[in-house]
Amino acid sequence: MSRNDYDVIIIGAGSVGTPTALFLAQQGFKVLVLDRNPSPGQSSNKRAIGGLRATHSDPAKIKLCLRSLKIFSTWQETYGDDIEWYQGGYCFVAYREEEEKTLREVLPLQKRYGLKIDWLDSDELRKLLPDLNPKGLLGGTLSPEDGHASPLLAVEAFYRQAKRAGAEFKFSSKVEKLVIENGKVAGVVTDKGTHGAGVVVNAAGAWAADIARLAGMEIPVKPDSHEAAVTEPVQRFFDPMIVDLRPVQGSANYYFYQHATGQVIFCITPNPSIWGFDDRETSDFLPMVSRRMIGLMPRLKNIRVRRTWRGLYPMTPDGFPIVGWSREVEGFLLAVGMCGQGFMLGPGVAELLTRLISRNPGPDDEEILSYLSPYRSFISEEKLK
Amino acid sequence: MTDNRLYKHPILPVEDKPQFNFYFQDQELKAREGETIASALFANGIRIFSYHHKDGAPQGIFCANGQCAQCLVLADGFPVKSCMELIKAGMKIEPITGLPKLPEVNPEDSFSFESIEEIEVSVLIIGGGPAGLSAAIELANHEVDCLLVDDKHRLGGKLVLQTHRFFGSVEAVYAGTRGIDIATKLENELRKFPKVQIWLQSTALAVFSDQRVGILKGGQKYALVKPKVLLVASGAREKSLVFPGNDLPGVYGAGAFQTLVNRDLVKPTEKLFIVGGGNVGLIAGYHALQAGIKVVGLVEVMPEVGGYKVHKDKLARLGVPIMTSHTVLSANGQNSVESVTIARVDEHFQPVKGTEKTFACDTVLIAVGLDPVNEFYLKAKEFGLLAYAAGDAEEIAEASAAIFSGKIRGLEIARDLGVYTGQVPADWYETSEILKSRPGQTYPEYFLEKEKGVFPVIHCLQEIPCNPCSAVCPRKLIEVDPGDVRKLPVYFEEKDGKACTGCERCVVFCPGLAITLVDFRKNSEFPQVTIPFEFPKEIINPGDEVSVVDIEGQVLARTKVTSVKSIKGNDRTVLIKVEVPAEIAKKVSGLRVQPEISEIEEKYVERMPDEAIICRCERVTAGEIRKLIKEGLRDINEIKTITRAGMGPCGAKTCTPLVHKLFREEGVPESQIVDQPKRPLFIEVPFGIFAGLDHRKELEDEQK
Repeated sequence: MSRNDYDVIIIGAGSVGTPTALFLAQQGFKVLVLDRNPSPGQSSNKRAIGGLRATHSDPAKIKLCLRSLKIFSTWQETYGDDIEWYQGGYCFVAYREEEEKTLREVLPLQKRYGLKIDWLDSDELRKLLPDLNPKGLLGGTLSPEDGHASPLLAVEAFYRQAKRAGAEFKFSSKVEKLVIENGKVAGVVTDKGTHGAGVVVNAAGAWAADIARLAGMEIPVKPDSHEAAVTEPVQRFFDPMIVDLRPVQGSANYYFYQHATGQVIFCITPNPSIWGFDDRETSDFLPMVSRRMIGLMPRLKNIRVRRTWRGLYPMTPDGFPIVGWSREVEGFLLAVGMCGQGFMLGPGVAELLTRLISRNPGPDDEEILSYLSPYRSFISEEKLK
Repeated sequence: MTDNRLYKHPILPVEDKPQFNFYFQDQELKAREGETIASALFANGIRIFSYHHKDGAPQGIFCANGQCAQCLVLADGFPVKSCMELIKAGMKIEPITGLPKLPEVNPEDSFSFESIEEIEVSVLIIGGGPAGLSAAIELANHEVDCLLVDDKHRLGGKLVLQTHRFFGSVEAVYAGTRGIDIATKLENELRKFPKVQIWLQSTALAVFSDQRVGILKGGQKYALVKPKVLLVASGAREKSLVFPGNDLPGVYGAGAFQTLVNRDLVKPTEKLFIVGGGNVGLIAGYHALQAGIKVVGLVEVMPEVGGYKVHKDKLARLGVPIMTSHTVLSANGQNSVESVTIARVDEHFQPVKGTEKTFACDTVLIAVGLDPVNEFYLKAKEFGLLAYAAGDAEEIAEASAAIFSGKIRGLEIARDLGVYTGQVPADWYETSEILKSRPGQTYPEYFLEKEKGVFPVIHCLQEIPCNPCSAVCPRKLIEVDPGDVRKLPVYFEEKDGKACTGCERCVVFCPGLAITLVDFRKNSEFPQVTIPFEFPKEIINPGDEVSVVDIEGQVLARTKVTSVKSIKGNDRTVLIKVEVPAEIAKKVSGLRVQPEISEIEEKYVERMPDEAIICRCERVTAGEIRKLIKEGLRDINEIKTITRAGMGPCGAKTCTPLVHKLFREEGVPESQIVDQPKRPLFIEVPFGIFAGLDHRKELEDEQK
């Protein structure tokens, strides 16, 4: 094995790994992406519902996602691929004082970090979303520059452009070992062969902890599962992703939007969380989510549900991602624990990783990395999960 | 005013049902009570129902079975599958152009969500066709509590479309009885057992990992059923075919056709062309002729048809050109089928240039085989739920085999549940294998030398599982090996000193219409031949001149009909008697009803096979997918990502085998192909139903 087979090996051809491969290759790095699936995006990416927002409660994710939004929204003009981007905005609704308080509290910070967002009172919100149930509606936030796109088309576009830029991909390759020499990463062994590189990026999503363990690291990433569904396509009748944060018996928040194809796509967070790798469909999901969504938007009762599926959220204890260099193994870079937001964080994180690997930090990187450090205490709590 | 309804049929009863008005695009039309929207539209000559939202392509009927979504229309403002919804008086039907608008609802409406019904049963049977019904009867006989669900308005599955007498064995599976009547017999038998619950219009939607099965109960409520054992008897779906024009309204499956004609008594076509010479295609052709539809031709790509020879002979005798080693090149027409172009194929099944022929027709039936509907079975297995499959859901075979396999599965499940402690008799499995067997060897035609007295001529030359002839002969002069009913029938001139009396029962009861009776007794130079006939009695009268044909349909002579009669218990089969010269009497095996058909003078315009549609729901062409295969893609998930093939309402039911076919054409071995997972739901269901809203009640309230 030669350490110089590649400059960088990325483990995981998903929401984070594929844009990282693209940006690194564009910078001239020799990149190899390894994935155990037969094609890109086949683990959690294709199960993502497609929401893209910078509406977060912390500076790191706001900044990274503002960059992601820029990349998604200009993708077609830059690269030519239609990724079904639609700038419909994000709307967090409040029917109780608790949610109004949470949403209003984070507004100053969100605005300070450059997010375009405002509080709409109930009348303004009803003008925007006439189908929203007005009973008890207090208002909500609208961030009009958020949007959505197709995770499947986007990852395919990242993948194709990355290949065009010179990145290599090896699919159906299961990583078995990391080669570590003198405390430095030297390569990756898969069931198909050995590849040398001085930098290895862990972008293995729900399986990130297993990969980190190959480097002797214990990282607090473990997946829980959420179910989602897509409907038939109908004429557009609302624009933003609607998020309802209210917890009820059996579930926490849920969210839905109308995709560029006209289909409504939705997802709910089970409460308590269902931990583990089981991604087989359950009978609880549709009855649970339908009551909440129809209660919120009665017009949805007649839309026909087409397909359901279940996907994994690689969670961290505080709900924030883990991005940064390993202190134990030189050259081992973590981009893990996206907590179900890998798709929206992906291109922003990919740029950050590219800067880290090129040793060319941006002005905000130190601040961003401080929030996402693998060595942080993990005691804070994400408010807008 | 167009009225394509059938008001008489040689086999099916035509009930006088009330008529009422409905509207299609403001045009006032007549419907007959009990018709689906699709049938009511066909009855009024309308076969373009909507236009695809992607490219405006005209859409019509395809599966007529609730499986795809090609037949969507707006009914009183709601998008519905027109093949599943019954028409109502005053209903306003509109084509869907572009995406449908989601009906508005007052946002202040409050709802009372009813709780979702959850029940536990010992056995859940999905599908009330031949396999499901006989399994349920077997289980009920052992006092097992069962729930049987079926998505149609009545039990019987595809039996209710089968007007012909069934093959198989008389003892095991009602051979000699018409399919429609077997459905009734099985249903009546099952309804005697109060412990069996039957849910009609109830579609299974998913088997979940918590081993519960989601059911759309009565088309309007969601229910979750937790069975100890699941029996999947959900039948088969028709394979499709890739050729230019395959997406035109007028190209559809043989099952859809039989549904329109035999269930709904609508004549959906004047001139039909059939692709595929298996039993399904051959029988569909026969059903068409019975409904007064011209069958322009039938192509089969193999050198021999795959269906029973007796079915083929029946069609050939009636005047249908059967072209083996031929394939369909294209269906032609602007907005719907106007003609079909076929060609001969070489030994590699490639069309031979210069052999193209074009026939005028308005409908092309695709009958190129069936695939098991086994998703629920596979999911149940994956999720650790004890499950069985029976009938076509297990293995594609004749309905008679499905009846028997259901019975076996029923007893096996009773044994698993501990209520039956014996073994399933070994001979049941043997019988099952015999009933499932494909046609065996064909023997040359032979005749008795005898030219006196009266005796049957058996034009049954291929080994198929069938024995009614032996059961009906009162003197037991016809024998079929009771240990293996596939063996050819053997006629004995005499037994115990008794010979044939000319009772004609064998002529009437042979499901293949492959027995004639030759009677030399009155006139040895011009003997009388009795021919079975399953067409309206009125179309042939004594004195009419007819063409009598041999087994292959070659005209032997023109002759006069001497009598048209029925015998006791003939069950709608008419007997036609003719007198013909002695030298051809034994060869006569039928009458021609259809005049000769010739191809039309239309210059063949070659169209690219790449234009053919693979994914009907998302309008994805063969060319788009072929390009990706050539680029090296092997994961169908990735092909789906890029093209959307398989993302439509049908759930990749039709395109999956076609994509595999494209891979084969490009020389990619099956082992390299990665399939996509099949996910719930089986069909699209309104969201409110999952919330516990009564969908139909809601719709009715809205209309008020």
